[in-house]
Amino acid sequence: MKKTGQKKLLNDLSNSEYKYGFSTDVDTDIFPMGLDESVVRAISAKKHEPQWLLDFRLKAYHKWLTMEHPAWAHLQIPEIDFQKISYYAAPRKKQAGDGQQIDPELVDTFNKLGIPLEEQKRLSGMAVDAVMDSTSVKTTYKEELSKLGVIFCSIGEAVAEYPDLVQKYLGSVVSYADNFYAALNSAVFSDGSFVYIPKGVRCPMELSTYFRINAMGTGQFERTLIVADDDSYVSYLEGCTAPMRDENQLHAAIVEIVVLDRAEVKYSTVQNWYPGDKDGKGGIYNFVTKRALCQGESSKVFWTQVETGSAITWKYPGCVLKGDNSVGEFYSVAFTNNYQQADTGTKMIHLGKNTRSRIVSKGISAGKSQNAYRGLVKVGKNADGARNFSQCDSLLIGKSCGAHTFPVIDVQNPTAVLEHEASTSKINEDQLFYCNQRGISTEDAVGLIVGGFTKEVLNKLPMEFAVEAQKLLQISLEGSVG
Amino acid sequence: MLLEIKDLHAEIEGKEILRGINLSIGEGEVHAIMGPNGSGKSTLSAVLAGHKAYRVTSGEVWFKGQNLLEMAPEERSRAGLFLSFQYPIEIPGVSMVNFMRAAVNEHRKYKQLPALTAGEFLKLMREKKEIVQLDSNLTNRSVNEGFSGGEKKRNEIFQMAMLEPSLSILDETDSGLDIDALRIVSEGVNKLKRPDNSTIVITHYQRLLDYIVPDVVHVLYKGRIVRTAGRELVAELEEKGYDWIKQEVGE
Repeated sequence: MKKTGQKKLLNDLSNSEYKYGFSTDVDTDIFPMGLDESVVRAISAKKHEPQWLLDFRLKAYHKWLTMEHPAWAHLQIPEIDFQKISYYAAPRKKQAGDGQQIDPELVDTFNKLGIPLEEQKRLSGMAVDAVMDSTSVKTTYKEELSKLGVIFCSIGEAVAEYPDLVQKYLGSVVSYADNFYAALNSAVFSDGSFVYIPKGVRCPMELSTYFRINAMGTGQFERTLIVADDDSYVSYLEGCTAPMRDENQLHAAIVEIVVLDRAEVKYSTVQNWYPGDKDGKGGIYNFVTKRALCQGESSKVFWTQVETGSAITWKYPGCVLKGDNSVGEFYSVAFTNNYQQADTGTKMIHLGKNTRSRIVSKGISAGKSQNAYRGLVKVGKNADGARNFSQCDSLLIGKSCGAHTFPVIDVQNPTAVLEHEASTSKINEDQLFYCNQRGISTEDAVGLIVGGFTKEVLNKLPMEFAVEAQKLLQISLEGSVG
Repeated sequence: MLLEIKDLHAEIEGKEILRGINLSIGEGEVHAIMGPNGSGKSTLSAVLAGHKAYRVTSGEVWFKGQNLLEMAPEERSRAGLFLSFQYPIEIPGVSMVNFMRAAVNEHRKYKQLPALTAGEFLKLMREKKEIVQLDSNLTNRSVNEGFSGGEKKRNEIFQMAMLEPSLSILDETDSGLDIDALRIVSEGVNKLKRPDNSTIVITHYQRLLDYIVPDVVHVLYKGRIVRTAGRELVAELEEKGYDWIKQEVGE
């Protein structure tokens, strides 16, 4: 039975469905495929950008030309032809004006995704910025937020209205030269969200950006910039989906977070880009750079990510703990199935004194997928009293998947204290039979085990998001058992 | 009849282990199944519970008038068949509370009863824990993880108390138990006895049967029941061992 039972389970797992795979028929303004300097200039012109931003893009583009595609990850990345991608796509506005009028098709699309753009259908206390392909469709609750001085808008809008803030912080956490995809993004980024929380303000609602790839043959290169000024607090959520297509689509984003004195930022992601079908055809390549700079003293950043999507994931949300007594925490669930590949983890760079970090990573592999945790904990020579705790657990479902752990520790200060724990476990037939014997179906048993395994991380998500994440994990595990 | 087994044959990886079992168990009866190692005792309990490693090649099993062999393992459980495992399985990360809550509510759904609220469930758990004097902390831990041998067996009987089965199969519940734990576990089983539920006690030794007194004793040997008698057979086996049985069946 070992074989047949296992096979059935794997089959059931593999046959679960992606529920966001539809596409929307909207009139799209799209650039022809290909990338050269003129494309970079055209994007900038399209968005009526100031000279400094065009210069930033061009610098990044020329840097990118000199860079090599990263090959160090535990991933098999098919060669990507960067000339076969369109670098700008935007749903065409049916009516020009102040953005009040949105194409009903788009409202529909986001409704289908469970993201209402009409404020009367409010998600309880959550402001949403909806981004389709390259542009922000609508940001809700703007007026209410602006009374507190909170800025929450698309980055394009921020460039126009708050150029000083953007210029000061853009690229200050992730340099355009940071890596291959960061350079590419810096050259061609289209839209994304901008958040500024003024001194002493505790943002009263969750801010959320929902990214949606719609157009074919395009890449999505969004950019998010969050600045939390002294003594402020914000909780920010990010969700994403894409239609099911046979081709692979590239998503190369940058998220930068700047945290000033005693400020606190909570950043939660539920990443559900289309993972490809059960034979590994199609799916999103998710190559993103996310980093927070705890610049101020006693500043704090909490990353929480639930990754269930994408054909290939390459992402390491990290914290640079520069301010004394600053804190970085990273909680992650990465689930891979079928032929998905994930190489994900975090970087904690301790520079300030008495800085603390905590890493809790839970990888779940099923099908023929490969799931790797890659982490770096670095303690600089001035980081007296730095502390880190890391825990990396892997759960395997079936025999054909793989889990890998690559923790790197680099300590240059003798007072640092680091702890690392790791475990690998497997859902086996005996556990499932034991659950069955108590009246629990195999599907529910897998759900219970995965739920138990991921509890510690899901508990860190804001309530509504936790529910969504749990549902998502369930869908990913769903089958027709029994 | 609660359970009726007719000429049951079963194999694992092509090797025949059960070679024609016939057994009938009425409501309220306690049957002991004894026999030397390798005679097929644990295979019989696994086959009844529906373990997929075993293939039934022929025969019939009727449980409460239903064809047991056509039911999925979880359906057998919900219909009232409980197996106390010889080696209870550890499930890291899943707390006993969540595990039992899922199980109890599945059973209730089957009986078309509403799910228990958290409060009702915890109250039920408190009551049932007393039956086997299960340490309160254990139910907050992961299923069987880090439990001692004795705790695991008590935990099995605790689950039996929670699920109130019609037929309980105790597969070598005495193995690995010291004398005090043996007494607590057996007393727990006895407390759960009702006129309408039945028990199959699988064991090598007399000592468990001193506490859980069987109505009928079967000796299983090479995949067949070779002898069936009253409880006096236990003492006879204890005295003479199994060799005389082997001789009697002509080995």
